[in-house]
Amino acid sequence: MEIKLSAHSLNLYFGKKKILKNINIDFDKNQVTSLIGPSGCGKSTLLRCFNRMHDLTPDAKIEGILKLDYLDIYDKKNSVTDIRRRIGMVFQKPNPLPKSVYENLSYALKIHQFSSKEIPQLIESALKESYLWDEVKDDLKKPAVKLSGGQQQRLCIARAVVLRPEVILMDEPCSSLDPISTNKIEDLINSLKKDYTIVIVTHNMQQARRISDKVAFMYLGEVIEFGTTENIFKNPQNELTKNYVGGHFG
Amino acid sequence: MKKKILYLVNWIVLIGSTIIVCVVLGVILYDIFSKGFSSVNWNFISELPTEGMTKGGILPAIIGTTLLTFITTLFSVPFGVGCAIYLNEYAKPSILTNIIRASIRNLAGIPSIIYGLFGLALFVQAFKLGTSVLSAGLTLGLLSLPYIITTAEEALKRIPISMREATLALGTTQFETIKDIVLPKALPGILTGIILTLSRAAGETAPILFTGVAFYINGLSFSVNKEFMALPYHLYMLSTQHQSIEQVRPLAYGTAVVLILLVFILNSIAFYIRFKQNSTDY
Repeated sequence: MEIKLSAHSLNLYFGKKKILKNINIDFDKNQVTSLIGPSGCGKSTLLRCFNRMHDLTPDAKIEGILKLDYLDIYDKKNSVTDIRRRIGMVFQKPNPLPKSVYENLSYALKIHQFSSKEIPQLIESALKESYLWDEVKDDLKKPAVKLSGGQQQRLCIARAVVLRPEVILMDEPCSSLDPISTNKIEDLINSLKKDYTIVIVTHNMQQARRISDKVAFMYLGEVIEFGTTENIFKNPQNELTKNYVGGHFG
Repeated sequence: MKKKILYLVNWIVLIGSTIIVCVVLGVILYDIFSKGFSSVNWNFISELPTEGMTKGGILPAIIGTTLLTFITTLFSVPFGVGCAIYLNEYAKPSILTNIIRASIRNLAGIPSIIYGLFGLALFVQAFKLGTSVLSAGLTLGLLSLPYIITTAEEALKRIPISMREATLALGTTQFETIKDIVLPKALPGILTGIILTLSRAAGETAPILFTGVAFYINGLSFSVNKEFMALPYHLYMLSTQHQSIEQVRPLAYGTAVVLILLVFILNSIAFYIRFKQNSTDY
């Protein structure tokens, strides 16, 4: 299996507080990997390291090596905008831009100087890939915030997909959605996997079980156990993992 | 029972304060409008003052105040909004930025007459701009800066971080995110602050006293490097400095009415913008 994204000896500090402790993890290409663990264990923090979202936090300090293929993500020579173009992100709460459905997708394409000829085509296929096309095709000028929560989140996924990234990071994308919308998004993740490498943070253990090929269990800033979904849920090696997936804490 | 009485007392105190504020405002407005409204007509706002200002209109003062506010805007808005963007979007929390913020808050507390003296020293004398609309406008601009910075920063702060993350995660630069997402979204808030600040600046007397306002100018002047007449100063002068105060009293009230209406119009625009924003809030 080809490794797409990796972290090696990763430590992260907020001020003096050490949040992530010596993380070593590899994410395989065209696979879905879930990060699970109790609140505050650092799963979202870890996820946000890969597209350098901590650059915005003034007192965050990162040590270690993170790589996208052979590219060093934190190398000063590499532009952060280029890395974020290649590693898309979907957030916990749907955060459509205060623009129309169409502009939500065209905005990034314009920023990255796609030719205006191919933009409509790219937008259509991204919306189709996100199972949103049929619901919005008649009214692409509608403000994105007028969509339902689930539609908004699929729009946010389409917004990430439209740039043809290599990796998509998802930070609890279903946590604010109802079961039907969640279902749609899980289907979507499944179908996206053939083109993208997906890393997803989730609180929902059933969800991790349903959608992921591999699962990493995190606790207090460390990766406690990392393995195939089957192994983590059916045959966990670590006592903590066993308790967590067994529902004894979390 | 005791709780009920306490609740009643609270209610009376609160509603009482509100009523007192409204009554005071009402009395002031009634007094000014009842005495001044009769002298406000088309001629009053479209003619020059005549016969030692005992007759005629206040057109030069209206033009002066408009010109003055225009220069104030030109100077204070770009610097003020730019500073707010820097402070809220770029500046990392440090001792320096804290000092900058504290200085801005302190600037807002400086009495306006001090701005007048400072403007006299800096713009009129050091920069040799003379007593002129330009000097006075720049002085009022300085006075407005802290308010514009503070309100613009508050408006920017209200834009949730998730909105910025949305575009940054798509690989836009911070500048593009600010230009395309943050500023357009914060614009109504920023505009409201600007308009409220300007409506306050337009009514200031002390800062323009030494920097360019004149008792009387001959004819109409649209030049920025000449002295000018302004509504608040005209009012001050008519009500305290004129030889025949009794005779010009209606004109003074009329000027007050015009000034209040001007400020009221500006405030209504601010109110309208805020209302629009709330109704289309994403």
